[in-house]
Amino acid sequence: MLDSTPAALHTGATPLLQTIGLTKRYGDFLANENLDIEIWPQQIHALLGENGAGKSTLVKTVYGLIQPSDGEMRWLGEKMVLSGPSEARARGIGMVFQHFSLFDNLTVAENVALGLAGKESFKDMSARLEQVSNVYGLPLDPRREVWQLSVGERQRIEIVRALMQNPKFLILDEPTAVLTPQEADQLFVVLERLKAEGRAILYISHKLEEVKRLCDTATILRGGKKVSTCNPRAETAASLARMMVGADIKQVKAPASRQTTVPRLVVNDLGLEPDDPHGVRLEHISFELKGGEILGIAGVAGNGQDELFAALSGERLAKDPGTVVIEGIAAGHLSITKRRKLGAAFVPEERLGHGTAPRMKLSENALLTGHAASGMVQHGFVNTAATLKTVDRATEAFDVRKAKRDPEAASLSGGNLQKFIVGREILRNPAVLVVSQPTWGVDAGAAAVIRQALLDLAAAGAAVLVTSQDLDELAEIADRIAVMFHGHLSEPLKTADASREKLGLLMGGSSLEPTEAAHAVGA
Amino acid sequence: MQLVLEKRAERSNTIALVSPLIAIGLTLVTMSILFAILGKNPVSALAAYFIAPLTDSYSLQEIAVKATPLVMIAIGLSLCYLANAWNIGAEGQFLIGAVAGSWLAVKTQGTGAGPWVLPVMLLLGAAAGALYALIPALCKVKFGASEILTSLMLVYVADLFLDYLVRGPWRDPAGFNFPTTAEFDPVATVPILIEGGRLHLGAIIALVVVAAGAVLLGKTIKGFEIRVVGAAPRAARFGGFNSNQLVLLTFAISGALAGMAGIIEVAGPVGHLQPGISPGYGFTAIIVAFLGRLNPVGILIAGLFLALTFIGGEQAQIAMKIPLDVTKVFQGILLFYVLACDSLILYRFRLIFASRQVA
Ligand SMILES: Nc1ncnc2c1ncn2[C@@H]1O[C@H](COP(=O)(O)OP(=O)(O)OP(=O)(O)O)[C@@H](O)[C@H]1O
Ligand SMILES: [Mg+2]
Repeated sequence: MLDSTPAALHTGATPLLQTIGLTKRYGDFLANENLDIEIWPQQIHALLGENGAGKSTLVKTVYGLIQPSDGEMRWLGEKMVLSGPSEARARGIGMVFQHFSLFDNLTVAENVALGLAGKESFKDMSARLEQVSNVYGLPLDPRREVWQLSVGERQRIEIVRALMQNPKFLILDEPTAVLTPQEADQLFVVLERLKAEGRAILYISHKLEEVKRLCDTATILRGGKKVSTCNPRAETAASLARMMVGADIKQVKAPASRQTTVPRLVVNDLGLEPDDPHGVRLEHISFELKGGEILGIAGVAGNGQDELFAALSGERLAKDPGTVVIEGIAAGHLSITKRRKLGAAFVPEERLGHGTAPRMKLSENALLTGHAASGMVQHGFVNTAATLKTVDRATEAFDVRKAKRDPEAASLSGGNLQKFIVGREILRNPAVLVVSQPTWGVDAGAAAVIRQALLDLAAAGAAVLVTSQDLDELAEIADRIAVMFHGHLSEPLKTADASREKLGLLMGGSSLEPTEAAHAVGA
Repeated sequence: MQLVLEKRAERSNTIALVSPLIAIGLTLVTMSILFAILGKNPVSALAAYFIAPLTDSYSLQEIAVKATPLVMIAIGLSLCYLANAWNIGAEGQFLIGAVAGSWLAVKTQGTGAGPWVLPVMLLLGAAAGALYALIPALCKVKFGASEILTSLMLVYVADLFLDYLVRGPWRDPAGFNFPTTAEFDPVATVPILIEGGRLHLGAIIALVVVAAGAVLLGKTIKGFEIRVVGAAPRAARFGGFNSNQLVLLTFAISGALAGMAGIIEVAGPVGHLQPGISPGYGFTAIIVAFLGRLNPVGILIAGLFLALTFIGGEQAQIAMKIPLDVTKVFQGILLFYVLACDSLILYRFRLIFASRQVA
């Protein structure tokens, strides 16, 4: 039972957790430098900073996943040395990671059982799981398999798993990056409740409005160092951003005039059977995208966006070549490499494992998508200088922060890896760019850089297709917005006409007007 | 109190290098216990195994001779394993290569054929090994059959086929009914490198294979494809690399190398085709591949080490009457520890005491 709330266990003048001069070094690189931070019970404490500022590094240290190079941590005033997460959990520290760690083919209960080291029987554990999830209004059916669940539901598993240990201190690393606004609102209710129970929460997010609304304290990191601890409610989003970046964030600006030219990406009545039982069937998808244009695709995740990406990229082939036309050439039957040679470039949603091979160097990951067209391969041999040059150029153009010139992809912070991937593709000067969730988990400054790059690419004549759950993002950069629902794509609306209400209706599966929907298919 | 395996946040590169050494250490400890149980003095037994063979030139040459097939096969296997294709049947590909090459040797016997015979034999061996390896690869790609099972089963087919040939059609008429072909002609024999010694041209070929493997993996786009397909399959597909094609390619290369190793063994140290030409090279090479960290240079070192165990085993049998099969036990234990220690690169052991407060 969860009735013994931590507040009862601890109220006093010592902080729950205190770090003193905490430092983490990777070689010569300081990911965390001399951090003094206090976490108090009954507070939601925001941890803010640009991509690569060291937020994940700090919380991984506190959770015992990595060892600090210097400094110490105190738990309830006593020195704490953690040799692993199980020790952190034993003290009452829980964590929900930036990237989920769930097994798709196991049930909710099985996944939770794997994360809990205890003597409890599986049956008792399942019962407790159901109970905890009900108490906190995080409904979960323990018997469902994970693949059937939405991203929001998957995150619930992680949260419930952490709550089942009755933590005094819960860490959430960018929990709302992947949630829809509704799901995020639900999460905030839960967090408020946990706070009221006397628990401490450390909350990492790039969404400053959200932080202002939810958090009592904010610690801001820049380049691994603490810049300040402040009350986010007394700040503006702009002043918080300024502290994070050390300068004002540039506004994204659309070029004064953008001319649309010839159709560069045309999709004609594309249909695709799902290739696994977890997938969505695409039906009658048609649109035309001209050079100089940005088309946004909105929609709740899991409505066929992944399948559409696979069909456009050529990771899945269409039966009829004419369903996907790139630069005037029927490409539905062509491999991804051939499509790249036609001038297309792709940025998938998942950075680690799809967009990059995590354990390989950046130069090798440059080769991954650049081998077909950029002189990186000569007579079957890899030109390492050319791959490194791509890394350097992407690093410079997109300000990718990393510990050394050519590190493993997995060692980059989430946002910096995204900048690298986007940079890698844009530097190839594509005629068509298909990009999914371009700024998931990317800090405000970097997100502005990426959005600006997409606008510039379109201004230079490329056709850009952006899939995003973030309606503000689409409103900022897209010329037209279409909505994906259950494998169907709505008729695109001009961004000026695409009110939140209209998009919301389409995202929920209703059509705007019967007549409009009727001719949408034939368009 | 319980013992759990916990994922490391960072991959430990130190352990990646040290892990084979830990495995060897643990194997030696286990073997000492085994020797003690057999009633032998562990120290002198280990000395017979690992020190004695290093002290005379005959044994040193013999180590190189034994390492030759091990290294050649293991280089091929490492390509398969890196690409997540599990070729367990190198032993069969080795035997089929030996048979195919021997065919030419038998056919040209006593015909006064020129020096073209040996090169063509080597090519035949490689081609046959590759084709034989393509059987399980195609079954995997076309029908989804487990290549682990099919490649392993084909070992026994190859073994019995060889047996049939030397007992039937290819038996040496002047061989007193022994199941063996006639001794190959000099043009069908791998030349010796040191006059009066055993070291043969195959050792050079093995070194070339190591160098070629290193270049392939480190410098070419194909090598990159092989590595990505194994390390991150979804990213590989995104890169436009076809994993089925790479299964076929790596199986073909490893089959070719095993087949060539087979014919080199027959046309070199053995000199004729007979059953039992391999003391399990194709299987031992699996250990070599993993002990060498699937890295060409590592494989060269590991190949020499395992060759040492073969020679040491023979010497220990002669000197201390330790059964030859102990060598196989040794190799099995070594593979077990190598794989176990490898999990320490990504995981670590932790003892948990039941101090957790229960909610
Ligand atoms: N294992 C590692 N080896 C080398 N450098 C590392 C390693 N892990 C992290 N870093 C570096 O430490 C810095 C901080 O990374 P961290 O993941 O803490 O950033 P973050 O603040 O969480 O960023 P994001 O918002 O993008 O998730 C980054 O520059 C990263 O490249
Ligand atoms: Mg992070």
